[in-house]
Amino acid sequence: MTDYKNLKWIATSSPHIRGNETTRSLMLDVVIAMVPALVAAVIVFGFRALTLTAVSVVACIFWEWLYRKILKKDQTVGDLSAVVTGMLLAFVCPVTLPYWMMILGDAFAILLVKQLYGGIGRNFMNPALAGRAALLACYATAMTTWIDPSAAKAGIVGVGADIVTAATPMAMMKEGGLAAVMETYDLQSMFVGNIGGSLGEVSALALLIGGIYLIARKVITWHIPVAYLGTVAVLTFLFPRGNDPLTFMLYNLLGGGLMLGAFFMATDYVTSPVTSKGRIVFGIGCGLLTVFIRYFGGYPEGVCYSILIMNCTTWLIDKYMRPARFGVVKGEKKEAAKK
Amino acid sequence: MAQAFFGGVHPHDMKAATNEKAIEQLAPPAVVVIPMSMHFGAPCTPLVKVGDHVKVGQKIGEFHGLGAPIHASVSGTVKAVEPRPYSMGGNIMSVVVENDFQDELSEEVKAPADPDALTVEEMIEIVKNAGIVGMGGATFPTHVKISGGIGKVDTVIINGAECEPYITGDHRTMLERPEEIIGGATYLAKMFGVDKVVIGVEVNKQNGIDAMNKVIAEKKAPVTVEPLRCRYPQGGEKQLCQAITGKQVPPGGLPANIGCAVFNINTTCCVYRAITQGMPVVKKVVTVSGSGVVEPKNIECPIGTPVSNLLDACGGVKDGSYKLIAGGPMMGMAQYTTDISVAKGTGSILVFAGNEEQTVETPHCIHCGKCVSVCPMHLEPLFMYRYASKNMVDELEAAHIMDCMECGACSYACPARVHLTHMFKLGKQLVKDKAAKEKAAAEAAAKAAEPAKKEA
Repeated sequence: MTDYKNLKWIATSSPHIRGNETTRSLMLDVVIAMVPALVAAVIVFGFRALTLTAVSVVACIFWEWLYRKILKKDQTVGDLSAVVTGMLLAFVCPVTLPYWMMILGDAFAILLVKQLYGGIGRNFMNPALAGRAALLACYATAMTTWIDPSAAKAGIVGVGADIVTAATPMAMMKEGGLAAVMETYDLQSMFVGNIGGSLGEVSALALLIGGIYLIARKVITWHIPVAYLGTVAVLTFLFPRGNDPLTFMLYNLLGGGLMLGAFFMATDYVTSPVTSKGRIVFGIGCGLLTVFIRYFGGYPEGVCYSILIMNCTTWLIDKYMRPARFGVVKGEKKEAAKK
Repeated sequence: MAQAFFGGVHPHDMKAATNEKAIEQLAPPAVVVIPMSMHFGAPCTPLVKVGDHVKVGQKIGEFHGLGAPIHASVSGTVKAVEPRPYSMGGNIMSVVVENDFQDELSEEVKAPADPDALTVEEMIEIVKNAGIVGMGGATFPTHVKISGGIGKVDTVIINGAECEPYITGDHRTMLERPEEIIGGATYLAKMFGVDKVVIGVEVNKQNGIDAMNKVIAEKKAPVTVEPLRCRYPQGGEKQLCQAITGKQVPPGGLPANIGCAVFNINTTCCVYRAITQGMPVVKKVVTVSGSGVVEPKNIECPIGTPVSNLLDACGGVKDGSYKLIAGGPMMGMAQYTTDISVAKGTGSILVFAGNEEQTVETPHCIHCGKCVSVCPMHLEPLFMYRYASKNMVDELEAAHIMDCMECGACSYACPARVHLTHMFKLGKQLVKDKAAKEKAAAEAAAKAAEPAKKEA
């Protein structure tokens, strides 16, 4: 029989079994969910969409690896969060952005926003959105040059001489109101993505597929996307610019980075609240700010800044939107206080 | 199906290894090591000394205050009364009995003439003398729970959830001894003066539910079986009360606060055996399972049986086994030695040889909130972890860390594999230490103030 005296037992704290989900598997799911939008981008803008995304991913992995290596910290590139950041940052840039600018933006996102705060889980802002904000501040022209997808595709190496620039639907709406957009793009192209805009944000359809995949796989919960999109829908329907509330609402939902923001950016674990209640508050806050910026702000589009601003309030939401304590029935507290 | 509680996880139940295996009787062990603390409360004082002859069912440990007596589980000679390793950690005074294989029954074991004619007080006295404690692992003395609950309790719940993976002892008991469960439940109903006892069972034990329903119908017993959703920790006392009554036990409270009393399946069987046969707790059904066990089994063995005997009965352990657990995989305690013995609260012995742990070297919390969404006590484990790792005791208290029941659901669900539950055990100790320190300081201040007063 077994010689029990010589067995070495490891005595660690319970629980002794763990679920199969890991940070890596979650991030891989996010990457998979972004594939439809990437495919749509390649169809709309040409193969430069793919090469730009690839450059961004490789750059993010490199910066993260380099930082952890130089500072002799444990290597975290394996968790794939840098891949997600790289893809997301490419998704919110124009397809014509020079590669070197992309790489600089990645450096800002990974080194300054993520690693300087302690790496994965510690940053208070979404790295991809912060990277976009930085690029927009530094290279405003390059970041707002949109090509007209119906005219020509962007070249992989040079941008291509034959491209035609065009305004995004949200910019048109800012300038000429709803009528101006409807002249150029019908609702169907808005939905499928045959419009000008950032690389990954154009196809609402592809983003919806990805978003539903994320919710079905329980990577994200429905709270933030539903609260965010719902708030924008209600506000734009109740206070339309023009006399067709429904169409105005739909153009607002499908245009700009809203779908990408609601499903992929606002739901970023690190920078969003942890409770269901908190997530709903967070989503409503994002929706309100987005509509305010679109209506009253200087920019045609407000998704990026609204999410960044709400990121900064996450700690506050976490502090006040706590779960009801087990065993304390609502109203009982007040009654006890009265006595 | 009964309404569920908030959160929880659904690990692979791993019960297939043993749920078809009938409870086996272990070949009598040559030696039993009976720990003098198998209950919640102060340890018992040994009543025997080296060289004494003991018989099965003879009282060998007397309790003081909160506790339950301890009985000899085999007949034979006392070889030693000394501290021995113990499944709840450290060493504890134990009585070592060398088995004479005669199986002589003690004169103390007397079946009541007419069990059905007993008064409530007599029944409670029998339960007390039989040394019955919460056999699910909490080991709270059962007679205290009963006498403290009479008048307050309107819902008596029998816990047959068996929500921990691997364990199938209760399931097999339902299949093989349903009349003991129903009989015990009937006596409990009588003691509490309630007209209905609810047995909560997770739906993955449908044949167990059917077996009990059959006996209930035959005997017209005042018992109902409530199927429960498969969700860990469905068998947590507070979660079970919530699933069955819809009410939540207040913070720091007991099920009695909302009119509930919860008893384990095993405990109920012990009550039945004590009242009908006068038999104290001398045996326990143990599930021996896990990837490191050659042939997993359900075994009934005398209390005090060395774990090595159980493992031998299952064909020994496989090469590469690295973990020995007394209890379930979610809340059980990892052991550093096989020299421990089966106690009243030991429901299973698990040996792991695979990659069940799945630990990572440096976990990084990603703030995903999955721990919050699975916590059945509505806590926020990720923040509690931060506070505990930085010794922020006031914040820990404000985060209600004392509500944590260490069920391990957060650690199980954590994709970053942060050692959450482990940190909360430390964190709770920090809070307790601080309370003790404050109390001591207040006492010292009061003492210092006294002579000052006299002088004045």
